Amino acid sequence: MRRRIGTLMWKEFVELRRSPQLLRIVILAPILQLTMLGYAATTDVRDVPIVVVDGDRSPRSRQLLERLAASPYFDIIREELSPSRVEPDLSQGRVWLAVVIPPGFGTAIERAGRSRVEPPAAVQVIADGTDANSSGVALAYLQGLVGEFNLTLAAERGLGGAPPLEGRVRVWFNPDLESRNFMVPGVLALLLLIVTANLTSMAIVRERELGTLDQLNVTPIGRWELILGKLLPYALVGFVDVLLVVGLAVFWFEVPFRGSVTLLLSGSLVYLLCTLGLGLFVSTISSTQQQAMMTATFFFLVPMMYLSGFIFPIENMPVPIQHLTVLIPLRYFLVIVRSIFLKGVGFDVLWPQFAALGAWGVAVLALAAFRSSKRA
Amino acid sequence: MKAAWAVAVKELRQIRRDRRTLVILVFVPTFFLFLYGYALNFDIRHVSLAVEDRDSSPESRELIAAFARSSYFDIVAATTSDREAAALVDRGTARVVLVIPAGFARDLRQAETADVQIVIDGDNANTATTVLGYVTGVLRQASTTLPGRPRYVLVTVEPRIWYNPELRSTVFLVPGLIAFLSMITAVISTALSIVREKERGTMEQVRMAPISTLAFVTGKSAPYLVMSQIGAMGVIGAAMIFFDLPMRGSWLSLFVVVSIFLVGALGTGLLVSTVAETQQVAFQAAAIVAMLPTLILSGFIFPIASMPVGLQYISAVVPARYFLTALRGIVLKGLDLASLWQPVLALIIYAGAALGLSAVRLGRR
Repeated sequence: MRRRIGTLMWKEFVELRRSPQLLRIVILAPILQLTMLGYAATTDVRDVPIVVVDGDRSPRSRQLLERLAASPYFDIIREELSPSRVEPDLSQGRVWLAVVIPPGFGTAIERAGRSRVEPPAAVQVIADGTDANSSGVALAYLQGLVGEFNLTLAAERGLGGAPPLEGRVRVWFNPDLESRNFMVPGVLALLLLIVTANLTSMAIVRERELGTLDQLNVTPIGRWELILGKLLPYALVGFVDVLLVVGLAVFWFEVPFRGSVTLLLSGSLVYLLCTLGLGLFVSTISSTQQQAMMTATFFFLVPMMYLSGFIFPIENMPVPIQHLTVLIPLRYFLVIVRSIFLKGVGFDVLWPQFAALGAWGVAVLALAAFRSSKRA
Repeated sequence: MKAAWAVAVKELRQIRRDRRTLVILVFVPTFFLFLYGYALNFDIRHVSLAVEDRDSSPESRELIAAFARSSYFDIVAATTSDREAAALVDRGTARVVLVIPAGFARDLRQAETADVQIVIDGDNANTATTVLGYVTGVLRQASTTLPGRPRYVLVTVEPRIWYNPELRSTVFLVPGLIAFLSMITAVISTALSIVREKERGTMEQVRMAPISTLAFVTGKSAPYLVMSQIGAMGVIGAAMIFFDLPMRGSWLSLFVVVSIFLVGALGTGLLVSTVAETQQVAFQAAAIVAMLPTLILSGFIFPIASMPVGLQYISAVVPARYFLTALRGIVLKGLDLASLWQPVLALIIYAGAALGLSAVRLGRR
């Protein structure tokens, strides 16, 4: 029996080798994904393009503008003379914020310093709300910057400096708040899903579509041997990808790796069980490769991408959807990968995720086997 | 023209036989819009907070109450030791721990400042940044109500937000979803079209038929253009009815922009199909070309201005980027095509390039 599986695996490898495109893409895919997710997938807001209008032209307004120019968060791309001229910049998305310093800004500051009943000087800010998330962050930065400006001014005139309540913040696991440390380990989960589930689903349907499945069926190869022989080469390809991604994550992206390698690899194995089983299942419900591709993409890949916590945090979702995400294996693997990388926790913490993943894998494999035995 | 029509009819017949594909292309995008439009948002609420109150004074309780009153935090646990707090964060039970040190009330009255310690779980840097902002906000607010030395406010910010005054994240996520779903549907629908004929060996027959490459390509993609157009308009309509997406511009410009974008997306699928040798390769390539760049490099979720310069250049060849600018411009800002000429031109160039390249690849064999 072992020899028969071996032969079948060999056949699959020969096919893989004959298709250098496929091999190339299996190596290229993780690198592209890592580049995109490692460098671009950050909601950190930096270099926010802004337009400024200085209607006051006083030493105070200059001071504020200098602070804006020096801040790494803002990038002054233009200075306009009148607030009415900022509209096209905002509507065409060239700037996110327009900062308008009204006439009389400097004198208003002097007045506010003299008596506590005087209203403070106001900086007007117009934000483009279409990208609500980034605009919100940019506004918060601006408020912080103006708050600091306020403190400096108050300290200058001996009006009391620091606020009475101070938060000493420590961020655990990722003190620099690097998005990369969160996103890059996630690539492992998405990549294995794309590479292994898709490849297996199509590998089997392909034989069916080309009519070679019947030939395999009449050979003395048993059903499980056929499935194993088909799955193992792709499992191996997936495993090579795991090593590649972990290597690049640690040595190129310098994501801290605090947990155990063995635990990560065993987690990947359990997860591979799920993705391969999923591919197998899709192949049993599809008769052409096009169907397999559509089914895999629309019913598995895209929902998993959006609802697993890969980018969008599950805790933000409405409660019914949160319950729905329990069915998504990617969710558990993401927790496993990210916790091992960043938190360094062990099996004692992660066993529920391992159990859920294992159960999912066994269930989908059983379902696939049941479906395919009905077909034969 | 007649030849193109014949190819289109043949393709249509094939599509009709494959019910599942038809349903997926036309209805599934709308269904997904419902699901994701409902499920996804960045409005972080109910952040789980553990408190460790070592002062047990009226002031410390007042500060904890300030956190509880804000709509952002849910107090999930009150701990007494740092170790217990650490375990809560390790397990993900608490995302934030607030530690009020002994002597807090005394410091508040006598010292220059009173410190509290905040521990934030940073594993998701994006969430953590937002949470940090919330914490700072609550502390700033509490500063003014807690007893302490008076503070002067000399300068304030007066924000006004255009186009989306409540900063609802659905208003910016839904256009992104429209772009993503349209792109995926269109690319996937044509990605296998030519490589399938190659794999089955029917490509030779097509090649021998008296038909020009252009007519072949047009005929192959026209049915999918109609279907993805229906799918895309369905998604947009659903977004307006169910997610209150405003429509401030003209439907005609919207239709034009959607069409150009879809032609480009179908062209991308065709190009993948002419380059790939097997359907497996085509699937992988389509997933890599269509899915992640549309999600990550288009400005859908992650702002392009904050990316490293190299990636900003790469994002210049991602059509969804221009589509998103045009779409948001039309529906949210009420712009017309003339003021959107840059993204529209970019979309036309992309569509021309994708279709042209695939025609060249196809003709060369």
